[in-house]
Amino acid sequence: MADNNKNPNECPDTGHEWDGIRELTNPPPRWWTIALYLSGLLVLVYFILYPSLPLVNGNTEGILGWTQINEYKDDMAKIQEKRAPFEDRIAAMSAEEILEDDELLRYAVGSSKVLYGDNCAACHGVGGYPQPGSGYPILADDDWLYGGTVNKIIETLAKGRQGMMPAHAELLTEEEVDGLVEFVLSNSAGEATEAQWKLYNEKGCVACHGADAKGIQQLGSANLSDKVWRFSGEPDEIRHTILHGVNAANDPKTRIAVMPAWNEKLAVRLEAEEYGDDPEEYYEGDETQRLSETEIKKLAVYVHQLGGGVE
Amino acid sequence: MSEQLKSAELNINDIYDEVSDWHVNAGGTKVVAKRMSGRFRRLKWFGMSVWLIFFIGPYLRWNGQQAILFDIPNRQFNFLDITIFPQDIWMLSLTLLFFAILLAAVTSIAGRVFCGYFCFQTVWTDVFTFIETRIEGDTPQKAMKFKNSPNTISKVSRIVLKHALWLSIALLTGVTFAAWFTDAYQLWYDYFHLQASLAAWIVLAMFTIGTYIFAGFMREQVCFWLCPYARLQGVMYDQDTVLPAYDAERGEPRGKLKKGAMDSSKGSCIDCKVCVAVCPTGIDIRKGQQEGCITCGMCIDACDSIMDKTNQPRGLIRYASYKDLHHNAQPAPLYKRPRVIIYSFILMMAMSGVGYGFATLSSTEFQVIHNRQPVFVQLSDGSIQNRYTLKMLNKTNKTMEVQYGISGLEGATLHGIDHSVIIEPGKVIPLQALVRVPDGELNTELEHLTFIANVVSNPGVSVQYESVFMGPK
Repeated sequence: MADNNKNPNECPDTGHEWDGIRELTNPPPRWWTIALYLSGLLVLVYFILYPSLPLVNGNTEGILGWTQINEYKDDMAKIQEKRAPFEDRIAAMSAEEILEDDELLRYAVGSSKVLYGDNCAACHGVGGYPQPGSGYPILADDDWLYGGTVNKIIETLAKGRQGMMPAHAELLTEEEVDGLVEFVLSNSAGEATEAQWKLYNEKGCVACHGADAKGIQQLGSANLSDKVWRFSGEPDEIRHTILHGVNAANDPKTRIAVMPAWNEKLAVRLEAEEYGDDPEEYYEGDETQRLSETEIKKLAVYVHQLGGGVE
Repeated sequence: MSEQLKSAELNINDIYDEVSDWHVNAGGTKVVAKRMSGRFRRLKWFGMSVWLIFFIGPYLRWNGQQAILFDIPNRQFNFLDITIFPQDIWMLSLTLLFFAILLAAVTSIAGRVFCGYFCFQTVWTDVFTFIETRIEGDTPQKAMKFKNSPNTISKVSRIVLKHALWLSIALLTGVTFAAWFTDAYQLWYDYFHLQASLAAWIVLAMFTIGTYIFAGFMREQVCFWLCPYARLQGVMYDQDTVLPAYDAERGEPRGKLKKGAMDSSKGSCIDCKVCVAVCPTGIDIRKGQQEGCITCGMCIDACDSIMDKTNQPRGLIRYASYKDLHHNAQPAPLYKRPRVIIYSFILMMAMSGVGYGFATLSSTEFQVIHNRQPVFVQLSDGSIQNRYTLKMLNKTNKTMEVQYGISGLEGATLHGIDHSVIIEPGKVIPLQALVRVPDGELNTELEHLTFIANVVSNPGVSVQYESVFMGPK
């Protein structure tokens, strides 16, 4: 072997010589040559075992039958396997029971983070706090127009919500609107006068917002007595709401407040359960729902613990 | 300049003049080192015996558990009663730093002591060659004779015996290594019942094959071509470093001893080449310090025995510094050598760091993360609410019960955690906590408050975490 050649000058050469420098034919070390051939062999084995040669329609598949997508699916299956015991328990339990179970609550919150980010955060913001001025409801506070128990949240998620307030631009005079803006502001601070209350009652606001101006959850009307503003607490913005309403027909300036329905099948069932009816008779659609029942349950738990869930 | 030009005109063949001196063994010839007894041979056995700790360690028990266990699946390191979690990994870094600098310090004082007496490559190779020389003969001549002898049953069975012994040592090495990372007794059971984990089998296979190849076949080639330490040793040496060295002034000119009489015109070296024959890496120490020398001192033993036979004083090859050999000067005392001082300083820093770590090893780790999305929210009664994630890690091996509280902020109340929390050993439990301050009681937009975690199950243990409370401007 080359290593043992004490005098390279005595080595055979190729016959080429430039300026006294000869090109020798020292072979590389044998272990090196063997390693080279072995690596070639490895390539051959790889070609046989794995997908390798591109053909006109597809490629050779290899005797192991390995594909990238199957590896991905296997990994996903492993994750599902780990989640299954939790998911099964969540499916079998009510949302209220999940809130009581520390371990499941942690799982539900942890696994809902992505679900919330994909489906809810676009409007309601990360952490339940939408962009200020965007008009979307804050989920992190304790003000719930339709109720803040976890079951109410499930209902909201399942059937969606649509706010409703008529436009009053043509029903009220300028002074009346000014008076109502002042009432709403002072009532929020707990300082409304009797004259202001009188205006509130006379102009019919009381019909939806209630005798105590705390809103009516069955209607989803806003609570006018607390410090949380559904849209904004600025006088100009309050005036805008009174003048143009919420989701008011034929008013292009009206405020839009629409929560889509995420599982109509569940919504129908919940309603049927409430009246003791058979839900199958009511629900007619058979399309896939946007979120599954378990997903809605988990999301309700997640939203409930964002900071303002009601017991 | 002109001198360089002149040298360029020299015959090109002149550059090959020293080619035999450049020769290094690239694995083409197998080194069969002659084994001789002596001081350094005994020292080497002693150094090698340190590795018995490696083989015995995993079987030691402490309070019914493995005394030392690197528990990778559970992300913890158990040492007697102490459990170290990844959070304390800096202590491991300091420990590694300590050993790295210890290596440098020893090298700057006495050369590659590690290579010669402790390195696993040296030690395993020495054991493997010990077996080989017992079976095939202990000199290159005997080994060659054995190799060229006809293939009788006796010869083949001897070769099989050699490889069987090598493989069993390799297997034992593999099992032992794996045993540091899992319950040692259970591991043996699992291996014998073929039910060990895939990781255990892979470790066993890698270490068995690795040991067999590295110690059985590659041997000194690892030191020559694979080991980085062999290459960077030079920067740790100085002129005071003592190394096995040939005293050329005394030895040269070397010459064969004739008729048992000393020739006064020649040096002490009788050119018997025993120093080369005993060298496990096959180098000639008389050519001076070189990369292949692992400073094991075998050549010193060999030369001393020859000096005794020829009635000359010992020490023609001896541990000597550059100053000693070339200036007849004693090496400087340790405390005057900058390298030694700097290395010792780093050693002490690393050691006190680890000591501090062990002394202050806490049983818990408590962290509070203030939620920034949103930083605060106003509730319907006007109060301001902040949300936090409380993380408590239980670093003990007992279940912990924890109760949380807050202090340091007037009017603030804690919500969301209304009962004590059970934390299993080695687990972190994250909890959502809400803190509320009534309307109008906040003075500034940024206040400080302290979270307190009381370990109910171990009264007196209480940890705190400083956090902030944010409100509107």
